Amino acid sequence: MKLEMGYIHIKDIRFSEESRIQDGILYVSEKAVRETALEDEKLKSVSFDIARPGASVRITPVKDVIEPRVKVEGRGGIFPGIISKTDTVGEGKTYALKGMAVVTAGKIVGFQEGVIDMTGPGAEYTPFSKTLNLVMVCGAQEGIEPHEYEKAVRLAGFRVAVYIGELARTLTPDETTVYETYGLKEGIEKYPELPRVAYVQMLQSQGLLHDTYVYGVDAKRIVPTILSPTEIMDGAIVSGNCVSACDKNPTYVHLNNPVVHDLFEQHGKTLNFVCQIITNENVYLADKQRSSDWTAKLCRMLDLDGVIVSQEGFGNPDTDLIMNCKKIEAEGIKTVIITDEYAGRDGKSQSLADADTAADAVITGGNANQVVILPKLDKVIGTLDYITKIAGASEQTLHEDGSLEVELQVITGATNETGFNKLSAR
Amino acid sequence: MHICTVTPISMTVGANRIVPAIAIPHPLGNPALKKDEEKALRRKIVMKALEALTTEVDGQTIFED
Amino acid sequence: MAKIKVVHYINQFFAQIGGEEKADYPAELRVGETVGPGLAFAANFKDEAEIIATIVCGDSYFNENLEKAKADILAMVKEQKPDVFIAGPAFNAGRYGVACGTIAAAVQEELGIPAVTGMYVENPGADMFKNHVYMIATKNNAAGMRGAVAKMAPLALKLGKGEPVGASAEEGYMPNGIRVNFFEKKRGSARAVDMLLKKLAGKPFETEYPMPNFDRVAPNPAVKDLAHAKIALVTSGGIVPKGNPDHIESSSASHYGEYDITGVTDLTEDTYETAHGGYDPVYANQDADRVLPIDVLRDMEKEGVIGELHHLFYTTVGNGTAVASAKAFAAEIGRKLKADGVDAVILTST
Repeated sequence: MKLEMGYIHIKDIRFSEESRIQDGILYVSEKAVRETALEDEKLKSVSFDIARPGASVRITPVKDVIEPRVKVEGRGGIFPGIISKTDTVGEGKTYALKGMAVVTAGKIVGFQEGVIDMTGPGAEYTPFSKTLNLVMVCGAQEGIEPHEYEKAVRLAGFRVAVYIGELARTLTPDETTVYETYGLKEGIEKYPELPRVAYVQMLQSQGLLHDTYVYGVDAKRIVPTILSPTEIMDGAIVSGNCVSACDKNPTYVHLNNPVVHDLFEQHGKTLNFVCQIITNENVYLADKQRSSDWTAKLCRMLDLDGVIVSQEGFGNPDTDLIMNCKKIEAEGIKTVIITDEYAGRDGKSQSLADADTAADAVITGGNANQVVILPKLDKVIGTLDYITKIAGASEQTLHEDGSLEVELQVITGATNETGFNKLSAR
Repeated sequence: MHICTVTPISMTVGANRIVPAIAIPHPLGNPALKKDEEKALRRKIVMKALEALTTEVDGQTIFED
Repeated sequence: MAKIKVVHYINQFFAQIGGEEKADYPAELRVGETVGPGLAFAANFKDEAEIIATIVCGDSYFNENLEKAKADILAMVKEQKPDVFIAGPAFNAGRYGVACGTIAAAVQEELGIPAVTGMYVENPGADMFKNHVYMIATKNNAAGMRGAVAKMAPLALKLGKGEPVGASAEEGYMPNGIRVNFFEKKRGSARAVDMLLKKLAGKPFETEYPMPNFDRVAPNPAVKDLAHAKIALVTSGGIVPKGNPDHIESSSASHYGEYDITGVTDLTEDTYETAHGGYDPVYANQDADRVLPIDVLRDMEKEGVIGELHHLFYTTVGNGTAVASAKAFAAEIGRKLKADGVDAVILTST
């Protein structure tokens, strides 16, 4: 599959009567995006705000972060099976608005989502302190169930991101990059000497606030399968997933998957990037066993030499990670696994809940239990009402001077396990 | 003894008597069943747990059905 | 700012007293003297620190008179009151490495003075002491002196000043079992690709996280008389009375809860909930018996299958909770259960 990505750099976001992109500035009509968000009657209210890098602004509770994109040529549209009709994506031409994101926030009954600080020490740990964020704080109708509210907010975020992406359809990108992978036979003929490598992406699939969707299908209902790595660039995989905030993949990460991009960097040079394999992290032991069996089998059937495996989450998914690693290695295929750690606040505890000697090549996104003090910032978009309930916070979190004592766990994207960031540990 | 779904973790961390559970969010339940069927299922698992407690073991043992 | 005071420990060879034939040289304190490698340290310290004393000891003397040598040297160090203690570097000299590790660890543990040493990773002293005292990884011979001092000196300054120490990869010390976060130059995915290419080519690479070990305990003997046994329930599934009165955290629990279930025969939506943030809470909130099976255990109690269900249950949230924390909770809970005459525990997890 061949996809040409066009990147349009957004320099600022401003509210305006009429939505348009002009000279790199996104002008948004609040009325239009409000209407788009409130298309779902389950949402009662939505307020929009702009958070710029460097501003003294804290966004919380954060659910999803989404990069606006638009498909200008080729089959399907962005977020197939969800916003766009079902069709195979990943080919043709797609534009992305770089340097900005749509961030969804709002209360959900449950264990609250993450924090994004646009300045200060917290900003060092989240990739989204560097994006211009259009934040939508969504309120639900009375009596809505948590699952319904989560879905409503999730879809509203995608609708708004698609609305904004659409504004770029007729623009000329500032830069373009072509991504191409080949069929099995063609790839072997083209790169006979290069090692055959795939990306095994584990998707979180454990229920409310812990779900992922593939072409709109709940990942807990899939069996491991193959994707062309360009499909994710059109939103084939999206997030329903935000707790704990540090290591769940917001949709922004899925759209910009760094393993996919860094394998493409080497594709045709030092390796043959054959495909992407997706698998899940279910709550039943039999599912874990089946999914890891199938993943290893697919690797073997594709005659791979090596894979990079990325996890999502921690705790029981450590078992999925180790099962995948062991079984793939047992097929004679070399693995590198990417995870994060829960080594305790003093860094002395075991970082993973499961282990095996086969996992001898590990990349880490850092210890999520590290404590940081986030200073009081001038403005909060959303609410601090639930801050002590966030995974990684506690009753001791809110200090008298308004600063927050929290683990990195609460910061959206801080210990990302697709290797999105530079944070690591030894 | 340890009732849990992800028995590999229980083995890794060193539990000696392990009984497999149904699923992570409801180890001793199944919301798809009727109330009385679910309670019967729960009782079955707990009976297995009691069997584990009253059985001599040499090392780590998973008490499956 | 006052200069950081350093006491430096070296062996007979680096003190230029002699080689093997002088390895029996007893421990000697040289106040105000900078000797051998100490000069390289002093050059590196510039104005920030000074070596106030050097202790010389023969490697054989140290290892063959362990208790006396240790005691004598500790007394010397105590008297000098340094801010930081440096031993070596020992490179690949085995007895010297063991001596450096032993004395540096002892100064730290018994005098509370921070210490740093350095040696080659294969030095026997390395495995023995790298988890006890910061140990810079050096080359395997004295040609690596400059590189060793270049890492040992700044680390010693940080320790002497009480400044935080970075990750092992940043500071150059051997990984010591304490995970420390830091920012790499490349993002994780790029590092993953680099590591895979090395692994595929059969080239050496270093994992960023070596697999952990977990301890083991011997199984207890089986419960003999179940019909008269007192059984207790403990859970990591976070089941708490509705409202989570003790505010057990949804992740990284800092404490556990102890709750009285006298007279409770069934957990309901109105009376109990889960505090755990790592799984979909809907099912546990509807009926907490699905995680903490009080209803069936009460039945079994009534029927005489078990003697008694203990009137207290213990709960915490397993989500992201450190092993060390869980261990500490368990030790306390175990003591209480034993004191209350509990015969066996059913532990449930989610």
